[in-house]
Amino acid sequence: MAKAKQTAPKGTWRRVLSYLKGYRIFLVLSLLLALGTVGLTLWLPVLIGRAIDMIIAPNGVDFDGIFSIFKLAAAVIAATALLQWLMNVCNNKMTFGIVRNIRNDAFRHLQKVPFSYLDTKKTGDIVSRVISDVDQFSDGLLLGLTQLFTGVATIIGTLLFMLFIHPGITLVVVLITPVSLFVAAFIAKSTYHMFQRQSEIRGREMALMEEAISQHKVVDAFSQEKQMLSRFDDLNEQLRDASLKATFYSSITNPATRFVNGLVYTGVALTGALVAMSGGAAITIGELSCFLSYANQYTKPFNEISGVVTELQNALASAARIFEVLDAPVEIPDDQNAAELTAPRGAIEFSHVAFSYTDEQTLITDMNVKVAPGQHVAIVGPTGCGKTTVINLLMRFYDVKDGAILLDGVDVRHLTRKSLRASIGMVLQDTVLFSGTVRENIAFGKVNASDEEIVNAAKAAHAHSFIKRLKNGYDTVIGEGGGALSQGQKQLLCISRLMLCPPPILILDEATSSIDTRTEQRIQKAFATLMKGRTSFVVAHRLSTVRECDLILVMKDGNVIEQGTHDTLLAKNGFYKQLYESQFVKAK
Amino acid sequence: MRKILSYIRLYKKEAALGPLFKMLEALFELFIPLVVADIIDVGIKNGDTRYILTRCGVMVLLGVIGLTASITAQYFSAKAAVGLATDLRRDLFAHIGRLSYASTDTFGTATLLSRATTDINQVQHATNIVLRLFLRSPFIVFGAMIMAFTVSPSAALTFVVTIPLLAIVVFGVMLISIPMFRRVHAHLDRVLGHTRENLSGARVVRAFVREEQSIADFTKTNAQLTRIQRFTGRFSALLNPVTYVIINLSILVIIWRGGIQVEAGSLTQGGVVALYNYMSQILIELIKMANFIILITKAVASGTRINAIFNTEAGLKKSADHACGDKTLAVEFKNVSLSYHEGADTVLENISFSCRPGETVGIIGGTGAGKSSLVALIPRFYDATSGAVLVGGRDVRDFEDVHKLRERIGIVPQKAELFAGTVRDNLRFGNAAATDDECREALATAQALAFVEEKEGGLDFLLEQGARNLSGGQKQRLTIARALVRRPEILILDDSASALDYATDAALRAAIKALPYHPTTFIVSQRTASISHADRIIVLDDGRAVGIGTHETLLESCPIYREIHESQFGREEVAQHG
Repeated sequence: MAKAKQTAPKGTWRRVLSYLKGYRIFLVLSLLLALGTVGLTLWLPVLIGRAIDMIIAPNGVDFDGIFSIFKLAAAVIAATALLQWLMNVCNNKMTFGIVRNIRNDAFRHLQKVPFSYLDTKKTGDIVSRVISDVDQFSDGLLLGLTQLFTGVATIIGTLLFMLFIHPGITLVVVLITPVSLFVAAFIAKSTYHMFQRQSEIRGREMALMEEAISQHKVVDAFSQEKQMLSRFDDLNEQLRDASLKATFYSSITNPATRFVNGLVYTGVALTGALVAMSGGAAITIGELSCFLSYANQYTKPFNEISGVVTELQNALASAARIFEVLDAPVEIPDDQNAAELTAPRGAIEFSHVAFSYTDEQTLITDMNVKVAPGQHVAIVGPTGCGKTTVINLLMRFYDVKDGAILLDGVDVRHLTRKSLRASIGMVLQDTVLFSGTVRENIAFGKVNASDEEIVNAAKAAHAHSFIKRLKNGYDTVIGEGGGALSQGQKQLLCISRLMLCPPPILILDEATSSIDTRTEQRIQKAFATLMKGRTSFVVAHRLSTVRECDLILVMKDGNVIEQGTHDTLLAKNGFYKQLYESQFVKAK
Repeated sequence: MRKILSYIRLYKKEAALGPLFKMLEALFELFIPLVVADIIDVGIKNGDTRYILTRCGVMVLLGVIGLTASITAQYFSAKAAVGLATDLRRDLFAHIGRLSYASTDTFGTATLLSRATTDINQVQHATNIVLRLFLRSPFIVFGAMIMAFTVSPSAALTFVVTIPLLAIVVFGVMLISIPMFRRVHAHLDRVLGHTRENLSGARVVRAFVREEQSIADFTKTNAQLTRIQRFTGRFSALLNPVTYVIINLSILVIIWRGGIQVEAGSLTQGGVVALYNYMSQILIELIKMANFIILITKAVASGTRINAIFNTEAGLKKSADHACGDKTLAVEFKNVSLSYHEGADTVLENISFSCRPGETVGIIGGTGAGKSSLVALIPRFYDATSGAVLVGGRDVRDFEDVHKLRERIGIVPQKAELFAGTVRDNLRFGNAAATDDECREALATAQALAFVEEKEGGLDFLLEQGARNLSGGQKQRLTIARALVRRPEILILDDSASALDYATDAALRAAIKALPYHPTTFIVSQRTASISHADRIIVLDDGRAVGIGTHETLLESCPIYREIHESQFGREEVAQHG
């Protein structure tokens, strides 16, 4: 495990670079602009130096010479500023583009990961990777690119200028400087795991906060604020510790490299002085002071680059976490010869189906059910008997472990998922709405639906009257998760969504449990129309509904223990009868 | 902003020592040119190798002292910055916990989360950099200016013009970019929200085969973010080039004016070089400062966003007028009306009723009739707009500590929500001191014991976030057990049997009825079967109580109740069993 983590940076770098591919032109442009900027920046002191040389003594100042140099200098200054800005623009374009692409890729990928992944990972954690980590990555990358390019260009440029003045002293500079790089690399390597730990604790803290915030009321109702806070404090203190370590140790880089730079400076001063003393035309004092200032310029970028290294290291730790999401296995792709399901009749058969979520636990062992087209099936049973699992299997959110589910005689695994899911409409127990207008939410399954269609669907679901009363009617914007709508209103919208474009097969998962009975009665009527001629599965507790179904599946502990019609099951005097009677005993 | 800055108080020592040590380092850096000058003026001039070697030794020594000072400074800054962020995050989290539900709904979970994470990280980063640079950079900038005055007061006037000009540019860019960064952040929030709801609604997205459309929507939002990020980036990238131009043009001015003075004999060539060097030194520090001002700009934007949450007042206010009531009553509503916002529609209108300890009250009515709002007033989730809610004869607003009130109440919310952790952890939510036996007892009453014991580890069974590894009905029963573990005086079941089948629902009701401590029970339901046994049933319609009485009397007297009942049982059964 530890080994895998240490090798992470290398592989991660390669992938980060692969994202750069589409921006080659900007990369090259940015590189050229960096070179231009640095060249001009190094040239300016030469021009100014020449101007200073024209100021020698009283009555010895060459004002005409200075003026002509200044015209050039002003042009150089303007050009430097322009190139520098353009370089930043290029880098911006690149970085934000890459970030956009990574986010798009991650989002696209998340549409393909199986539910076994989504159901076991914390939403907050995935979100933090797609948002915070990508952000951290972009900050690091932007800063990194800007400074890395100019840094490298400055080093090369200064090196050339120094070689031009005195190759021998340049050698001293070149020999000592790598120490600075070595120190920076060493610190970066040893702090990588600290940043990883920081990221990891951050993720955990975020998950806790998400829970606490989204379940605010429950926390309050049980006066759990203190306990929640103490769990938070615990993580928060761990984060303090991890952050302090990561921040402090990585920030040693700057002073350490600055110290090495001091050594370089000293080295130049020493050798320069010795060379100057050796006499001859080796080096003048003016050249020496020029050398010293260049030596200073030469080492400064190393400071920046090592700062960049930590920043990039940080970015890299985030990148690794993003790539973990991108590397999550995707759903087994559709069979190559998978057929498009068109206008199914709706015959469904569970043939020797076995399924469990984990390998250790068995849930459904041998399920055999035959449903004729257009039949209405009720699934009943005590809570937790596996009703939700049946839905998961029908929709192919999960695949069976053994046996097969056949639709019109075809194994659903031989159908494309999309065509299968498009043929099945469902209303889930937990209402799911998306931020956007009411209209957009109803048109969820049919984006180009006309206003008339939308209103008709809402009317059929008896949602029209409450929508009309909303502030902006169908254009009312509802927040994430339905926002201020009541549970019943949310459910009405979910039903309208289905009404807009009713598919041939229906799954109604306790759909009507939170809607008041009067509305519900009308919905039941609408459903009856909807269900006409459509194969329907209803997970219901309403035995009055159940009585009218063609087939009742009585489930317990994951398996269908009885099946038949209301009358035959009652006659059987089994578990179903128990369920049925318990209702009326209490109704008295 | 002041509020956030005040967090530095706890780290006064670190916040003072960090910059001081940093200044020390800068001071040692300033010595280096003097030593070099000595080498040139004394060492080389006299050909004294020994002198040169000792001077170089001094330079290394200065370096070592500088390194020590700097590492010390880094430690103190890191400690102060990380500490500030840690404390800030804690207080923000605690504050979010105290916000009213209306406020949390307005902000949204996504926004609150990003402020507690991304924004605070930004503040931490900026604090760290500021502590390192805020003394060092001005020290060098003003130090250089003062030195320039000692060389040539008239030439140094250029500095006096240049520095304010730079300040205007730098602050101007800062002022303009703050709202721009705010916009970037608002867009980022939207991208975050989109991702979140796509993940939490994955089943619906895939059931409606909306993956492609979702991707298209996300790509659009994401592209908008990129566009505005690039625009903001292009603008803030102006800062460096503009300061570069100002500084270098003023160098040209200095040389020109210096030249005139040299011509007149009032300045030497060396003096001009010195002035030029000081200006260059200022440039180097200014580049650092410009970068760190961009950072501060971002941090201020983050700080403002964090403050917006702090400035949102906590949910409940102290109130002066209290109503007194009959202490023998468990709960009493006196002419209670409620609307969530000022000027908004009333959710409850003039509700009055009371019940004695141990009684069961059923609440029934249509969607949006106000059932949940009514029970939410008992634990004081909201305050009544007018009228009073009394528990045990005491106005709920009279409880010094709202926890003392809530301790007596066990509430089971409509939406079954559990926390990541073991079953035991979740149950102890209700009562931290509950023994395993007490937990099992509560589970048994809630009809949850059987399935919990079948799970691996029983009470130690680990629930995932959002209890995704349980079915809806199992979750609901655990939330009921959680409320029962504290043996509440008042038990509120807010439509919490909706995911239970009739058999389980019936068994649950029987078990609650048989509880030895006889809690006063409120049952909100859509089904008459769930409440028909209640001592008192309140029928709500559009916020008004249209009927209060027992099942039998309501069947006689309340047409709405009768209608609901008939819709569920059909006429003949009403006749038979009613």
